[in-house]
Amino acid sequence: MGVVSEAWGWLATGANWSGDGGVWHRLGEHLYVSGVALAVACAVALPLGLFLGHRGRGGALAINVSNVGRAVPVFAVLALFMVSPLRNAGYLPTIVALVLFAVPPLLTNAYVGMREVDRAVVEAARGMGMSGGQLFRKVELPLAQPLVMTGLRSAAVQVVATATIAAMVGQGGLGRIITAGFNTYNTPQVVAGALLVAVLALLVEAVLVGVGRLLGPGRPAPVREDRGPLRKTV
Amino acid sequence: MSCLATNDWICGEYLRTRSQELTDATLQHVGITVVSVLIGLVVAVPLALIARARPRFAGPVLGLTTVLYTVPSLAMFSLLLPLFGLSAALVVTGLVMYSLTILVRNTLAGLQAVPAEAREAARGMGYGPARLLWEVELPLALPALMAGIRMATVSTIALTTVGSIVGRGGLGNLIEDALPSFFKAQVLTASVLCVLLAVVADLLLLGLQRLLTPWTRIRVAGGAG
Repeated sequence: MGVVSEAWGWLATGANWSGDGGVWHRLGEHLYVSGVALAVACAVALPLGLFLGHRGRGGALAINVSNVGRAVPVFAVLALFMVSPLRNAGYLPTIVALVLFAVPPLLTNAYVGMREVDRAVVEAARGMGMSGGQLFRKVELPLAQPLVMTGLRSAAVQVVATATIAAMVGQGGLGRIITAGFNTYNTPQVVAGALLVAVLALLVEAVLVGVGRLLGPGRPAPVREDRGPLRKTV
Repeated sequence: MSCLATNDWICGEYLRTRSQELTDATLQHVGITVVSVLIGLVVAVPLALIARARPRFAGPVLGLTTVLYTVPSLAMFSLLLPLFGLSAALVVTGLVMYSLTILVRNTLAGLQAVPAEAREAARGMGYGPARLLWEVELPLALPALMAGIRMATVSTIALTTVGSIVGRGGLGNLIEDALPSFFKAQVLTASVLCVLLAVVADLLLLGLQRLLTPWTRIRVAGGAG
């Protein structure tokens, strides 16, 4: 248990939180790249997934993009960016990688959420004379919302985890505390950094579960074994 | 001028001169993946059986595995550092935790989807609990279990690369070694091999699933005809 108390000591040392390599600065970097990437991914994937689901087209694309995403290592993608000219573009390589890994869960869940809306309800709405747009806004979107939120949660956790791996290719974020600890054989610092990263990921998950419950129609999104939250690439 | 000197993305000379290094890294990658998924399976099936027999345990078991799953891999490996040091055991332990989540869920879902009539019929024929499990329930849960094994294997292959943080990441080690010198051919080759490994493993497991569950194909063929 010696290491745990030493890690606690590292976290309790004010000097470790300030300055360019300090926790606050690294956390700021982490939240910045994660936030930008999640916003871009949502702007791309949600309209596309919802539209494909509404029209009932492109299912193979929307589902398979998740399976392909699972097979590609985040570390490899980040490394490929870092040996390309993109490495001179500041936070851009990290953000692009984060977007690439956030799109699949968003796209798949938005599509599946729309497709799994009860066909009888859709037919009834059409029978009442609803237009395509009304059907989308008033029937399909509210019913698809739990799965869309599941996708958002899954993407957010994915993004926070991917931003950690960015440290392994020399980019910023909380992972740098871990890699710096490895480089200086400072195990307490490694453990302290890992605790910070784990707490951040669990917080993001918990907050989004809470938001989903507040917005949701009273029932939690079903847990999907074949797609959705269970996609781990980082 | 050789493609190694000009640092090309694609380089035949790299493949020729470093074939031993590539083979070793691939073998380490496959070894870590196979051991992790097998241990995950050995732990997950009993956990799923306990969760099914005692619904009181189902919530905590699924909850705990979900929490483990949410922890990013770099943090997971780092938290295990004081226990295992810089070793392959550290990487395997971390990967087992992740594969557990997928395997417990899929096994449990597969077992719960066994039709009650099938269970009743077997009991009526005098099957005891062990024989019921082995000859009726597990075979019927096999498609769900195999789907879980495929998913766990593919993501474990991707996650193994992060093990390079402790020098046990298979092909990830090659990627990490190539970064300081911006060695494009090595990063690209190791990355492509990772994806190829995942695709090949997925196809092999799909083939195994078909061999083990011939009845699912007969039913599909019968339904189509």
